[in-house]
Amino acid sequence: MIGGLFIYNHKGEVLISRVYRDDIGRNAVDAFRVNVIHARQQVRSPVTNIARTSFFHVKRSNIWLAAVTKQNVNAAMVFEFLYKMCDVMAAYFGKISEENIKNNFVLIYELLDEILDFGYPQNSETGALKTFITQQGIKGQTKEEQSQITSQVTGQIGWRREGIKYRRNELFLDVLESVNLLMSPQGQVLSAHVSGRVVMKSYLSGMPECKFGMNDKIVIDKQGKGGAGDDAGKSGKQSIAIDDCTFHQCVRLSKFDSERSISFIPPDGEYELMRYRTTKDIILPFRVIPLVREVGRTKLEVKVVIKSNFKPSLLAQKIEVRIPTPLNTSGVQVICMKGKAKYKASENAIVWKIKRMAGMKESQISAEIELLPTNDKKKWARPPISMNFEVPFAPSGLKVRYLKVFESKLNYSDHDVIKWVRYIGRSGIYETRC
Amino acid sequence: MPAVSKGDGMRGLAVFISDIRNCKSKEAEIKRINKELANIRSKFKGDKALDGYSKKKYVCKLLFIFLLGHDIDFGHMEAVNLLSSNKYTEKQIGYLFISVLVNSNSDLIRLINNAIKNDLSSRNPTFMNLALHCIANVGSREMAEAFAADVPRILVAGDTMDSVKQSAALCLLRLNRTSPDLIPMGEWTSRVVHLLNDQHLGVVTAATSLIITLAQKNPDDFKTSVSLAVARLSRIVTSASTDLQDYTYYFVAAPWLSVKLLRLLQCYPPPEDAAIRGRLTECLETILNKAQEPPKSKKVQHSNAKNAVLFEAISLIIHHDSEPTLLVRACNQLGQFLQHRETNLRYLALESMCTLASSEFSHEAVKTHIETVINALKTERDVSVRQRAVDLLYAMCDRSNAKQIVAEMLSYLETADYSIREEIVLKVAILAEKYAVEYTWYVDTILNLIRIAGDYVSEEVWYRVIQIVINRDDVQGYAAKTVFEALQAPACHENLVKVGGYILGEFGNLIAGDPRSSPLIQFNLLHSKFHLCSVPTRALLLSAYVKFINLFPEVKGTIQEVLRSDSQLRNADVELQQRAVEYLRLSCIASTDILATVLEEMPPFPERESSILAKLKKKKGSGTVSDVEDTRKERNTNVNGSTDHTTATTNTKPSPSSFVSDLLAAAPPPTNRPRPVPSSSILHMPLSPLSPQAYAVHSAAPLTPFYQVTSSPSSDLLGLGNSSAVNSGSPPAASNAASLLVDVFSESLPVAPLGTASAPIIEENFSRFVCKNNGVLYENQLLQIGLKSEFRQNLGRMYVFYGNKTSTQFLNFSASVVCHEPLNAQLNVHTKTADPVVDGGAQLQQILNIECLSDFVEAPVLNINFRYGGSVQNIAVRLPVTLNKFFQPTEMMSQDFFQRWKQLSDPQQEVQKIFKAKHSMDTEITKAKIIGFGTALLDGVDPNPSNFVGAGVIHTKTIQVGCLLRLEPNTQAQMYRLTLRTSRGSVSQRLCDLLSEQF
Repeated sequence: MIGGLFIYNHKGEVLISRVYRDDIGRNAVDAFRVNVIHARQQVRSPVTNIARTSFFHVKRSNIWLAAVTKQNVNAAMVFEFLYKMCDVMAAYFGKISEENIKNNFVLIYELLDEILDFGYPQNSETGALKTFITQQGIKGQTKEEQSQITSQVTGQIGWRREGIKYRRNELFLDVLESVNLLMSPQGQVLSAHVSGRVVMKSYLSGMPECKFGMNDKIVIDKQGKGGAGDDAGKSGKQSIAIDDCTFHQCVRLSKFDSERSISFIPPDGEYELMRYRTTKDIILPFRVIPLVREVGRTKLEVKVVIKSNFKPSLLAQKIEVRIPTPLNTSGVQVICMKGKAKYKASENAIVWKIKRMAGMKESQISAEIELLPTNDKKKWARPPISMNFEVPFAPSGLKVRYLKVFESKLNYSDHDVIKWVRYIGRSGIYETRC
Repeated sequence: MPAVSKGDGMRGLAVFISDIRNCKSKEAEIKRINKELANIRSKFKGDKALDGYSKKKYVCKLLFIFLLGHDIDFGHMEAVNLLSSNKYTEKQIGYLFISVLVNSNSDLIRLINNAIKNDLSSRNPTFMNLALHCIANVGSREMAEAFAADVPRILVAGDTMDSVKQSAALCLLRLNRTSPDLIPMGEWTSRVVHLLNDQHLGVVTAATSLIITLAQKNPDDFKTSVSLAVARLSRIVTSASTDLQDYTYYFVAAPWLSVKLLRLLQCYPPPEDAAIRGRLTECLETILNKAQEPPKSKKVQHSNAKNAVLFEAISLIIHHDSEPTLLVRACNQLGQFLQHRETNLRYLALESMCTLASSEFSHEAVKTHIETVINALKTERDVSVRQRAVDLLYAMCDRSNAKQIVAEMLSYLETADYSIREEIVLKVAILAEKYAVEYTWYVDTILNLIRIAGDYVSEEVWYRVIQIVINRDDVQGYAAKTVFEALQAPACHENLVKVGGYILGEFGNLIAGDPRSSPLIQFNLLHSKFHLCSVPTRALLLSAYVKFINLFPEVKGTIQEVLRSDSQLRNADVELQQRAVEYLRLSCIASTDILATVLEEMPPFPERESSILAKLKKKKGSGTVSDVEDTRKERNTNVNGSTDHTTATTNTKPSPSSFVSDLLAAAPPPTNRPRPVPSSSILHMPLSPLSPQAYAVHSAAPLTPFYQVTSSPSSDLLGLGNSSAVNSGSPPAASNAASLLVDVFSESLPVAPLGTASAPIIEENFSRFVCKNNGVLYENQLLQIGLKSEFRQNLGRMYVFYGNKTSTQFLNFSASVVCHEPLNAQLNVHTKTADPVVDGGAQLQQILNIECLSDFVEAPVLNINFRYGGSVQNIAVRLPVTLNKFFQPTEMMSQDFFQRWKQLSDPQQEVQKIFKAKHSMDTEITKAKIIGFGTALLDGVDPNPSNFVGAGVIHTKTIQVGCLLRLEPNTQAQMYRLTLRTSRGSVSQRLCDLLSEQF
């Protein structure tokens, strides 16, 4: 179990230090600083073992969060907790920065007391926490309210309190995906996958029962078998194979296991309903075609073509192509037809930015790179060209089929709920070798 | 960064550095650096030429980035360009970059060297200085190669500025340190010495540093520096401190220069010229006087500088060791420091006193401080000071105060630091042995030592007690009694049990008359310790028991009972089990006569250098103690007669030194005394409790098992790893056995490298080749090795012929020449690979090219491996490549000869040896041998016509050594006197050794 939790700033100064168990001494704080934050070589492993003590750390901007333990704990659990902790803090005071942590240190200690008990993670659901850990100071809560909180927090549905009422029952559903790709110069896909999240914002009254449906291949196939035969072929194209997925704690897993239906009582406000990953039949929104020619020892010609590969009616945004330059670059001339391109010396790359681009279009950049002859005979390693973008569809092909809301006690039906669905596909590590 | 004027401020650099310093994270820093690098690249690439200022600025930035730990792979050219600038700051930055960043194999090195050459030949002293600094900072071999000739020229040129001379001297010093072989010695050396007379003290200081290093290498070339150094020293010491102005440091006149001059003088013996000598003595006296004066300043720098000069003066006095008054004064001065507040001073005083104690003049004076030193031992807080106090006590010990000092050391031992305990134990053991007036005291002391610090008593210490007890009849009874009493303590250290077991086993009979120590009581006492001891000790105790059977027949039953018990006969340890079984059988079968012969009392050990001393030396390295020891040994006649080496060499009696080997002593190697069956079975097994390697030795050379067994236990008892029997190849009967026993006791093993222990190095024909070049080097049933060689100057070629005497092929034949340290640096042997197959009856020729780099002592070894039949043959032969092969004879007249003879009058240069003739003293043969040795034989030089005189020059790659020799035969006494004078002491010694073997 977690023995202690420390938060450091980028210099290694301790901002928050909470020790849960006696086996963690004071020197553990320094051990992490010396061996990880101030380490000569960059520490890449998120788990560090120093003197039989394990340190699990995550970094958020310039802030280090480290969980410490002497025991052989489940590392995945510790990291899940640390991420949750980040989420909770973000929900309370926004961005995790040194200043925010300093300003809210009392709150953070209060949260740490609540969500970890003797090193065991407790309820870390923001919605529930917000009912009794508030930033307004002590409110005059009646005894009734207090007992209500207790029963709710310790009850079966700890993530939602009763008696929520909205005039307008609204529901926002975001499918956020990031697409990762590594492509050979010849255009062969070496590896590709999509990791996606379904994020939901719910403003619903009472204790509604929801049911979420999407074009999961298994579900569609099952229905296809049960339903019309000719329908199966059509819908099979549009269904996707999900490699693996995880759900928010509100989802009834038993039901998912038996019927593969996702039903749940949602928490109030924003939360992540599920996470998934797919590797098959990915729609690659862009194709990058690089052309690099070395002209003598002191010149390099680069030509990069990007092709958008989606419906012409859709618009991709925030497109950025990053073309690495050799380390002995002494000057760069860029010509591009669309967007803006600039040589960024501090990053050793040419960065080409395009604001918007419709589907089925093509754009091109060409650059002349002048090189300085060096003593080293080392050849340039040619790092891959990487790309960033945002597209308004899900590259995995996921489609939300329905989201039904049932509230038996209150008198609103599924039709009364206003539902909004949005798809956003972003680039993860989207690279093409050159 | 150097202080630069405002105009040269390099604002860009300052901004860049402050940007880097303000970076919040490593990533930000890398980004900033990348940006800057790109900027610099574009600037360097740019078409328009950069002016010197911006070039300097960018090179500076690159340097800064490099120092931050990033790779820099460009900008070198620009830095080299800066070198040719005329502005100081630009040139300086260029040199800075070069000395930090350019590695020796760069393509630019030629350009750089050119630039340096230009600067060196410029008239501008600043530029010359910069260039010299760069050479010294880089200090690589390439630099040395390129400028080894220029730097000395600048140093001694008449018109060089002082500051440049200073730099040149230090630069040369640095080059000399990194690649001494590249610095040519020439006529400049004599002119360097005269720099000691320079007006400028800075030059003198720098030159002194250089001369010290050079003089250590070639003392002869710099002899003249002594008088100059003395003159300079006396001028400094006697001058009023205001005279030297800049070089007066906190009221001390030129302390650094004084220290260096004193160091330089320590390279030489005391000056022979009385005037110089007087002047030096005067200086040293003045320094000692000044130490007595009240300090002129309270500042610590003042006293530090003053003491530095003083301590260096004292070490010079000690080095000269010729002026009793000075030595005593130095001692008194140090005595004052012994109680000084400053810990460092106390430490230094103790350390210097240690060396003072070894001088006969000041030994008594040192002894007067014994109380202070003992007090220091007790009260000093710093452990290193305490250790020095122990060293000093050890050094000042003699017969008169030995008891007191040993007692003090013993009492200190109880509270001493663990780290130095073992050393103290060794020292106590040595002192007790060396200055023992009565042996009872010695035995008491050592037993006390074991009692107090048993864990730190090494094997050598208790071996030594036993050796001494065995060798001295008068102490044996006392020892037995004391040991018996000591063993009665309820808890005693295992080492005590070992000593007790051994001594009671040998001399238990001497105290058996007393009813309190009857045989049975003795046995029970020993056996009560048995179960608490480790295996080696138990093994030793078992041997003691079997000795008891011989000594006291009445306890035979009891002992047999013990041996027969399951815990012995079926012991898990092979050694114990074997001993129990064999001793039991021995006691059952053998008659009392045989028992008495087999279990006879140990014969006395041959005397030799104490093994403890060797251990202490090893522990200390070549530290002060060993020096003290060497010098002291000559003056003190040892009670134990450690000078008794002659008896050792003539002693053909076997003197093994453990119980096991005592068993074997029943049948001394050369005799044919009939041996009982069980004893012979013991004989062929290495039984020593202390010899895990005995087995290994046994199998390594199965041809000589007998010697193996006799030698290995004794050698193991003495803690020696290797058995000399392995090295001495075929054992030539009794004389070998004797020498073997002598060898066993000395640490200096034959030169055989351990790696090739399976093939002993054969040297039997080696000496034959000293005076001739052709002949048969080695021959056995399979192989004959013949040699034909020719030498010219420092080069030689050797044809080695391998004759296959059998009718079958030798397969996988390989022959390689091995030069061990330090020979590999002195001799270059290039071998052409031989044909891997030698047909039956055929002969194979191999050519060796030999180059002599410098004088050498060892000879290379020829390793031959081949497959004959099924077995791999391994032969190692010492190749007769000796120093005299590189002789070129020199003809000279009588007058010349004696003039040169007188020039080489330094005691180190002359080696003389008087020895007995081994062959008939035929004049013609002798002449032929001298000519064969390589020198010219000079007729009519010596007034006595029967004497032989020779002269020659030894050529090596680095030096040439002139050599004169004189051989005076005395036909009546059948003796020769051989005198050799060369300009190098080591050469004289080696040649003398080689040549004296020939007559």
